[in-house]
Amino acid sequence: MTSGRIVIVGAGQGGLQAAVCLRQEGYLGPITLIGSENHLPYQRPPLSKAYLKTGQADSLRLRPLSFFNDQNITLLLGNAVTNIDPATQQVAHCSGTLVYDHLILAMGTRNLRPDIPGLEHALDLRTLDDAERLRLAMIDAHSVAVIGGGFIGLEFAAVARGLGLQVTVAEAAPRLMARVVSPQMSEHFLKLHRAMGTTIMLNASVSQVNAKGIVACGSTVKADLVVLAAGVRPNTELAQQAGLAIDNGVRTNAHLLTSDPAISAIGDCAAFPDPATGRLVRLESVQATTDHARLIARRLTKGSSDKYTSVPWFWSDQAENKLQIAGFATPGDVAIMRADGAVFCFEGDYLSAVETVNDPRTHMQARQLLVGGARPTRDILDNQGYEISPIQR
Amino acid sequence: MIKVTYIQPDGREATVKARPGDSVMQTALNNNVPGIIAECGGSMACATCHVYVAEAWQTQAGARKDGEEDMLDCAMSEMRDTSRLSCQIKLTEALDGLRVYLPEEQG
Ligand SMILES: Cc1cc2nc3c(=O)[nH]c(=O)nc-3n(C[C@H](O)[C@H](O)[C@H](O)COP(=O)(O)OP(=O)(O)OC[C@H]3O[C@@H](n4cnc5c(N)ncnc54)[C@H](O)[C@@H]3O)c2cc1C
Ligand code: FES
Repeated sequence: MTSGRIVIVGAGQGGLQAAVCLRQEGYLGPITLIGSENHLPYQRPPLSKAYLKTGQADSLRLRPLSFFNDQNITLLLGNAVTNIDPATQQVAHCSGTLVYDHLILAMGTRNLRPDIPGLEHALDLRTLDDAERLRLAMIDAHSVAVIGGGFIGLEFAAVARGLGLQVTVAEAAPRLMARVVSPQMSEHFLKLHRAMGTTIMLNASVSQVNAKGIVACGSTVKADLVVLAAGVRPNTELAQQAGLAIDNGVRTNAHLLTSDPAISAIGDCAAFPDPATGRLVRLESVQATTDHARLIARRLTKGSSDKYTSVPWFWSDQAENKLQIAGFATPGDVAIMRADGAVFCFEGDYLSAVETVNDPRTHMQARQLLVGGARPTRDILDNQGYEISPIQR
Repeated sequence: MIKVTYIQPDGREATVKARPGDSVMQTALNNNVPGIIAECGGSMACATCHVYVAEAWQTQAGARKDGEEDMLDCAMSEMRDTSRLSCQIKLTEALDGLRVYLPEEQG
């Protein structure tokens, strides 16, 4: 396919990257990128990091407006897609309809808003507009309560603490970032945040939010500002209405095609088979999103039938600590901490992930080790004293 | 005004205007210079913004940051003495005229 009409729903990291990669691969047909936000496509990771301090929206922008003209990509901003009709291959958006030969779904996620009384007092941190609101609110605030001790909540907490605010994080689980890192890494970050002067409450479900703060586990935490960072939900409603298979995200095969061969899905909204295990996974990471975009662009432009095999990787900056994860572990995996602090996670006998803090070398080595879905055994790593280089492929 | 020249592996050159304070990586993206992917947006987490700084400019471009070498060592294209992560080079008037070579492969 070199001339069909491609429509991309969602002008975030994934949608933009798909458009960029299609043109880089030499795609000549019309491309339309539709996004419901009013901003040029931007990166989200700095929203919970540098942006809160600098307020520089310019540096978040992924491409300037001229890019879209130069590359002949039609960009429709502030235009939510409201319906997909696979039978006629049409999407409806706020100001019209578009016919597609191939549709790419890159709708991302939205904040999970649990059923807590008074939650309307809490601010989200998902979009640029959210982050701007939060940044301004922080200027006058002295204390802040964060609902959720995952990556985003903790990154925000570190920034707020750095700005001198009094910070409390309430996490419902017994440990921090429980869904995504080993118990050892949770413990390490618990110490780091406490050493920064942040109050961390574990096993602390928030039962109420009000203008004065939050109530967690029966005790009141005063806060001028409450931030909600309790996870996200994939935007799958449109796909579901269109009759596409959904399974914790828009379900795709190893080619990132949905149950409709004229529709692909990428990024935070897509549930795809993990190359190492074949299990259906949904990753909320820039790496997965951009690698998805590249694979789809090669398929649509060059007819490539490659399967998706990229190694998952992720980073999170919390104060001076850069946490990096290579691979993909699940909470039940066995974790072994090397003397220098690197953590090796195993699913049964096989390496699933390596977690490091301020250790880019080990992180990059781990990424090379896991290339193509490779899963070295625990025996091998044990024999090498968990040093990666001697067994590097 | 600061100008930066990006030289592709096949020798093609593009000279673009940069805003002071932007990185060499950001300037490439702003001006649609291909060859820099910059997956992590400058967080020093991806190594897909690798460039070779022209020897004449190495001193002005400054030394590698902490951890930069480790990332470069595992980048897709070979690390050389002149290798830098372009997201870690901030542009100032002193770098007006900077020339960087792009590697064969980024990621
Ligand atoms: C605060 C924060 C910090 C993060 N930090 C990191 C990090 O350190 N490292 C990392 O790897 N990842 C990080 N992430 C995750 C990363 O940003 C996401 O994985 C990535 O943005 C996913 O890209 P996407 O295209 O799937 O979704 P998004 O970038 O979220 O884009 C989806 C877009 O689709 C639009 N949309 C939705 N429905 C419709 C519709 N019907 N019509 C039109 N448009 C629609 C949305 O408005 C949105 O703009 C962070 C995310 C956040 C919010
Ligand atoms: S942009 Fe990722 S390391 Fe430079």
